[in-house]
Amino acid sequence: MPRLRDWRELLRWETLLAVILLLVIAVNIQMSPHFLGTRNLVNLFQLSIEKIIVALIMTFIIINGEIDLSVASVMGLSACLFAWLYEQGTPAEVAILAALAAGMLCGAFMGFWIAYANLPSLAVTLAGLILYRGMARILLEDRSVGQFPHWFTRLGQTDQFGPLSFGIVLFVVLFVVALIALHFSAFGRHVYVIGNNRSAARYAGLKVRRTKMALFVLSGLIAGLCGLLLAARLGTVRANAAEEFELDIITMVLLGGVSIFGGTGTMIGVGLSILVVLNLRNGMSLAHYSGNIQTSVVGALLIASVLLPNLLRDARQMWLRRGARRRPRPVAGGQEEEESRQTVDPKPIARS
Amino acid sequence: MTSIRRILRPEQIRELSLLLIIVGVVLFFGSQIDNYYTPRTFQRISSSVMIIMVVAVGETLVVLTRNIDLSVSSIVGLTAYVAGQQISQNNDMSPATLIALALGLGAALGLINGLLVAYGNIPAIVVTLGTLAIYRGVLVQYGGSKNILVRDLPDWLVDLPRVNLFTIGEFEIRLLFAVALAIVIVFQLVLVYLAYGRRLYAIGSNPDAAQMAGLPTRRTVLLAFVLCGALSGLGGFMYLARIGTISSNAAQGLHMQVIAAVVVGGVNIFGGSGTMIGMMLGAVLMGILEQSLIRMQINEFWKDAFFGLFILLAVATDALLMNRVRDLWARSAAQLHLARRTAPQKE
Repeated sequence: MPRLRDWRELLRWETLLAVILLLVIAVNIQMSPHFLGTRNLVNLFQLSIEKIIVALIMTFIIINGEIDLSVASVMGLSACLFAWLYEQGTPAEVAILAALAAGMLCGAFMGFWIAYANLPSLAVTLAGLILYRGMARILLEDRSVGQFPHWFTRLGQTDQFGPLSFGIVLFVVLFVVALIALHFSAFGRHVYVIGNNRSAARYAGLKVRRTKMALFVLSGLIAGLCGLLLAARLGTVRANAAEEFELDIITMVLLGGVSIFGGTGTMIGVGLSILVVLNLRNGMSLAHYSGNIQTSVVGALLIASVLLPNLLRDARQMWLRRGARRRPRPVAGGQEEEESRQTVDPKPIARS
Repeated sequence: MTSIRRILRPEQIRELSLLLIIVGVVLFFGSQIDNYYTPRTFQRISSSVMIIMVVAVGETLVVLTRNIDLSVSSIVGLTAYVAGQQISQNNDMSPATLIALALGLGAALGLINGLLVAYGNIPAIVVTLGTLAIYRGVLVQYGGSKNILVRDLPDWLVDLPRVNLFTIGEFEIRLLFAVALAIVIVFQLVLVYLAYGRRLYAIGSNPDAAQMAGLPTRRTVLLAFVLCGALSGLGGFMYLARIGTISSNAAQGLHMQVIAAVVVGGVNIFGGSGTMIGMMLGAVLMGILEQSLIRMQINEFWKDAFFGLFILLAVATDALLMNRVRDLWARSAAQLHLARRTAPQKE
């Protein structure tokens, strides 16, 4: 039944996200006349710019079958190291390079344990989350450091390129790069294959360890960069900078249709889900909901983003089974067979 | 040699080495800090460790099934706040009612986690990362900027942490610490002797196989989350008794210390192995480090970095060393089995 299959193609996760996005935007426009102003639209991105840049690399890591819980702590550490070095009298340029290097080192350290010692990334990056935040606390204790050079803080604030900030332009460039790297390059295919089946990828001769290592080093570098962006945007740094950003970042990726088990997901989906989360937060701000309610809603969104596909799949299977009972089909082909296998398989309780 | 290998199970080797590390750490701090071997040090460590121990018992149940619960800190904070608010409005409330309230609320929050994980088929890390934020958000919204104050609490609750159960030499075993110890022992017995405990190990070792073998995996995992929630509720009650002043960010970050204790105590983060006794030793080690670093005038900010390093070390030794020890143990068991079977034929 080709027509039915075409119709089902429309029921992709991305389509659903686009519909949700339009709904959220429609409600936002109804709610506030300021929503469509350039200022608000720039702010929409600007206020979460660090999170959405890190979400791009997190997409690669989760598709690859791993997770990085430590990104927020790496961001905090890089910001604190920059502030501490600057406070000690190091030139800002050197401090920036040192902070970026520290981010890469953090990523490489965890990548080593995950890729070469085969430790679970959940445990390693949880340790990283505590360890790097602890190091940030050692550096700044309970002080807050500010008064960075003018050119540095200007980088984090608006009006660099027309109404756009440096961060927004960087995000757009990185999004295009990530899109090409994930969907139109050999590296991207390797990321998917490894995420689907690590052993099969290894037997096929893919450099599994090197790919994982590269992803974690990149994740550290980008988190370090975003820590600097955060320092530039806020103008001051405290030891708790970027704390708990991982919730938003992981929510954006999973809501984008990336499976937590790895192997599936698209960059377009993540892009759409980033827009959904940003618009939702912005709309709630316009409606004067406090930050904590917003965080709760994001948490609920995180759970819903996995629960909903599960329910949809169950419903579809039930529908297929009913259809099969009504009129017996010829021997089921690839797709159906896979689905029937899924019904027999016990559902994984969780994958650490 | 084989007989030694037979007597010492891999978990016991792990616990013994943890015990040796604890002794070493105590001796080290004893040589660095004046008046270290005093009842006061013991009191400080035991009262700082008891809450972590109680919550970590629940966390161990969950981790054994190859799941994780990050939301415990929010459950502790929320139950502490709600229980504190109820008792300050109604000082005549009996202790049993208050404890039941804390346990019930905790269990209900754990039930939500468990339903989503076991019946919604959502990975535990996703569910509990979400509920960590949701429960905290509910607390902030519910509590606002109002704090629970010590002066509103009844005397029995404020005095509870100082109630002494019995004294060994100069060391006082406080009631709450004894309760925490009892919970650890009871759940250790549950793990060893009850069918439910064995199921936790079976599910954690291989969820698919456990399901194929006909074990009620969903119910078992659900109950693990409910128990974890209830024990976190009890932890919330202890937190209320010990701290007294509860704000809406109470117990924030506690889940990190709990998971650190569980992992350092040798409970495999991939599920299927670990004991309550090991977890307790892990919690005690962390508690000793925390309190001793404060006494050594070392900046308290170093604490978190140490905890992070310890988790990484524990996970790394588990993966790199313990698997080999377990292999060795299994092989020697097979040899012994073979020897027993061939022995009678020779006679």
